[in-house]
Amino acid sequence: MPVPARITAVRTLTELEKLYTIELPYGLTLDHDPGQFVQVSLFGVGEAPISICSSPSRSNGLFELCVRNVGDLTSKMHALNVGDTLGIRGPFGRGFPMERFRGKDVVFIAGGLGLAPLRSVIYEAIDHREKYNRLVILYGARSPQEMLFRDEVNAFNWMDDVEMFSTVDRGDEKWRGHVGFVNSLLNQVHLNPHNTVAIVCGPPVMYQFIIDDLIRLGVAEHDIWLSFERHMKCGVGKCGHCQINHIYACLDGPSLSYTEIKNLEEAL
Amino acid sequence: MSNLKTIPKTALNEWVQRLRRRFRVVGPRPKNGQFVFAEIETAVEMALDYPTTCMPPKKYLFPPQETLLRYHLDGSHIQAVIETEPTVIFGIHTCDVQATRLFDQIFSQGFADQHYRARREDIYLISIECMAPCTEHAYCHDMGTSHLPEAADLHLTDVGQMYVVHVNTPKGESLLADTLAEPFTADWQPIYDRVIAKKMEAFEKRLDFEVTELKELLRDGYSSPLWQDVGDDCLVCGMCTQVCPTCVCFNMEDEADLTQTEGQRTRTWDSCQATTFALVAGGHNFREARMARQRHRFMRKGKYMHDAYGLLGCVGCGRCGSTCLVNITPIKVLNALYQEQHAEQIESDVPEMELSYEDVTARSAGVAVDLHAGACENNGRTHPH
Repeated sequence: MPVPARITAVRTLTELEKLYTIELPYGLTLDHDPGQFVQVSLFGVGEAPISICSSPSRSNGLFELCVRNVGDLTSKMHALNVGDTLGIRGPFGRGFPMERFRGKDVVFIAGGLGLAPLRSVIYEAIDHREKYNRLVILYGARSPQEMLFRDEVNAFNWMDDVEMFSTVDRGDEKWRGHVGFVNSLLNQVHLNPHNTVAIVCGPPVMYQFIIDDLIRLGVAEHDIWLSFERHMKCGVGKCGHCQINHIYACLDGPSLSYTEIKNLEEAL
Repeated sequence: MSNLKTIPKTALNEWVQRLRRRFRVVGPRPKNGQFVFAEIETAVEMALDYPTTCMPPKKYLFPPQETLLRYHLDGSHIQAVIETEPTVIFGIHTCDVQATRLFDQIFSQGFADQHYRARREDIYLISIECMAPCTEHAYCHDMGTSHLPEAADLHLTDVGQMYVVHVNTPKGESLLADTLAEPFTADWQPIYDRVIAKKMEAFEKRLDFEVTELKELLRDGYSSPLWQDVGDDCLVCGMCTQVCPTCVCFNMEDEADLTQTEGQRTRTWDSCQATTFALVAGGHNFREARMARQRHRFMRKGKYMHDAYGLLGCVGCGRCGSTCLVNITPIKVLNALYQEQHAEQIESDVPEMELSYEDVTARSAGVAVDLHAGACENNGRTHPH
């Protein structure tokens, strides 16, 4: 059953995306793992699964959701303001297994809105920086205007112990950075494939390209982690919508390694 | 271990009357030349020798539409709604009982579903032994669901003037008014055994393989060209999933009432055959092809559900085969898949088995070849002795 949660802040990121800070009632905290999702209810409208965008390490009892205005529910969500109420169920699903990434070079590969779920993992890694070796962030957006979290991406650029690479599919007159799809950044990173884990999130079309490139560079299949977006209704392994062959994206995912899905035709 | 009793058929009406004081009683009723589960007021309204019902009695456990939540639109007063009514399902066939076992598992494992669980507690099952296959599409005998006398709360077997009653649970016990039921004396045993033996003769094997081979068959047949043929035939009407006793996929919808102050969340049956079932907001459809959706249905019934719940997702009731407008039937599809794999197997085994061309074609056509029956049963993987 959803609990009524309050919106405590709304930040407009782009024309299409807004960032919501949300507070649970009765002093409840979400206590999520990076990579998990919640089911967000708009009472009288519907419910949708949305990745948690904030890191547990920075929660302060609140959490953040980055929402793209793309459908009925999200367009109505974009009309909400500070103080408004929405319903929350969760957190659900399996986050990324951070313990497995200890001592590794962690490469985040985000395409478009895929930066939102990865943001929870990125801050978790930055806030426990000593646990990991290199932290590399590759981020591709369609255009400079569509880049998310521009201030934060900028801050990552200035961090000594984080390597931040951005690209856009199409630049504009002001863009001085890299132009090309996000996988084209992989050449600039000089990965040590034997000690690299890659965490990938983006639109469905992106996955196969990235996986092929990572494997060509020598990254092990079990070190490639992906976050899967699926149609979901229940979030708890009953309604059937999110199945990837026998796997429930809501229970076994949304974070899955390439090893787990490589033989599943419905995955990519 | 069940306790056996008998009940005279003449007492049926009185029994139903007594049950109706405590329960809604639903049973198989004739309707427009077919049979449906519906509420009954007297026992004579039931046709307990019915072949099968168009829809399974699943609708009482998992209604086509149910309210899950009511709330105020401002997010206050969120209340779970439990829609339940003490109900006796009278005359349910054992295939459908097996389907309720699967539902019990699905809605109890992991995140338990309070709506289902509460309703299930209120449902009492009285099953009845089938004496002959109900349709040409039923393959309950292959699926091991044609004779399950200990699965429901009570199980009735028609032995002429009487029903032999298996009393399987305390719930079942509570349904049997003691004044009506009579002891199962030793005299009844040979009569009961004869009835069951005769019943078993009436059911023939309809799958070319054993049910224990089903998961392997589907796993190995995942990339078979057969699925394209099935998908090409499919009209995407979704009837196969509507009439299925084990289909559990659902949709959830929220709506506001006319005053715009309160609203509710409902759960409705959904179908994995629907074009938009796996469509995500960005427009990507993860199961766009009809072939992929039909294949998913078969994989789920015959493999995935067993992997997840330890029970097969098909009980062999044959309703999907009966209802399909283009004759996509599980018997046909699964046997074709088996023959396809089996034919390949035979080809590779031909020199060692010394099979003649006639044998191979006969077997591929599904005709039994007694000489090599052993090889057939073993799926061709081992050689006859």
